[in-house]
Amino acid sequence: MRPILECRNLTKKYRNFSALSGLDLTLGKGEIIGLLGPNGSGKTTLIKLINGLLTPTEGSVLISGLAPGPESKKLVSYLPDRTYLNRHMRVREIVNFYMDFYKDFSREKAFSMLDSLDIDQRARLSSLSKGTREKVQLVLVMSRQADLYVLDEPLGGVDPAARDYILHTILTNYSEDASVLISTHLIADIENILDRVLFLQKGQLALNATVDEIRGKHGKSVDTLFREVFKCWQN
Amino acid sequence: MPWNFDDDRPIYLQLMERIRHDIAAGVYKPGDKIPSVRDLALDAAVNPNTMQKALSELERAGLVHSQRTSGRYITDDRTLIQKVRKELAEEHICQFLRQMQHLGFSNPETLELIEKKLEVQNHETDS
Repeated sequence: MRPILECRNLTKKYRNFSALSGLDLTLGKGEIIGLLGPNGSGKTTLIKLINGLLTPTEGSVLISGLAPGPESKKLVSYLPDRTYLNRHMRVREIVNFYMDFYKDFSREKAFSMLDSLDIDQRARLSSLSKGTREKVQLVLVMSRQADLYVLDEPLGGVDPAARDYILHTILTNYSEDASVLISTHLIADIENILDRVLFLQKGQLALNATVDEIRGKHGKSVDTLFREVFKCWQN
Repeated sequence: MPWNFDDDRPIYLQLMERIRHDIAAGVYKPGDKIPSVRDLALDAAVNPNTMQKALSELERAGLVHSQRTSGRYITDDRTLIQKVRKELAEEHICQFLRQMQHLGFSNPETLELIEKKLEVQNHETDS
């Protein structure tokens, strides 16, 4: 079976600074994967490389065997860390906009999720709160039938109830044929729905293990382990 | 309602325990069909592969069995369910005794306390 994501010696340098160095990583189908690491550890760099927004300095990244480009973008549904949508558009117009762009987009799914989140389709994005705009964007991303969902911090800006809804949506949407890569700092919120976690540290892969492997081996949750590994001060 | 989990142990083990407990307590009756992996995972708010692993382990222990086309069922082996019930009871008792010993009660003292408590409870139900 062809891996959904394959990174070989993936490296991104900004002048002398290595944002990502020599990353080797293979992800299969049907997994929900947490991409974890402190600020500046390379999470967003990796995500941008997957989505073709950055080009590698060295090495390669393949999505179902394809280099990032128009063909790979048909397979990847990407939630960026900031919004790129036109704020003057209404929610319904944006949904139609996505319909035009992506063959695998389901308008019904989008409207049904917007309804459950109580978001008015007629509202302009500019009139919505920051958290609500983030919800709209997540709805758009999850309404596609993609092979790989790449979510860059989908939980940070929204309230706890909406977080639960997002996690529920990810679980409802789960398919053996698709994988979900989620970068977040809210580990405790997300831990139970993950198969596997990746710890990035200074642009390198510090850990790649399943949640239950970590719990079995260390006798502690992923959240606790993270806090220990990346502790910011000494007692 | 998401299920609650301890932080220090694998999630699939805790899922197994919970379902095992539900079988022993009669929440699931012998021969009952159990919900799909997907529905159980959604109910517990856990990863479907983790739920799958828990169910496979329960299958291996003989507590559930799957029928190729129609899904998973609770065992109708009542002797096995009784055995699980007794095992769980014993675990609870051991845990309780450990806590009482920790508080400095000897086993005869603990027994005496239990008997007193039961007497009071019996009076209450009588009246």
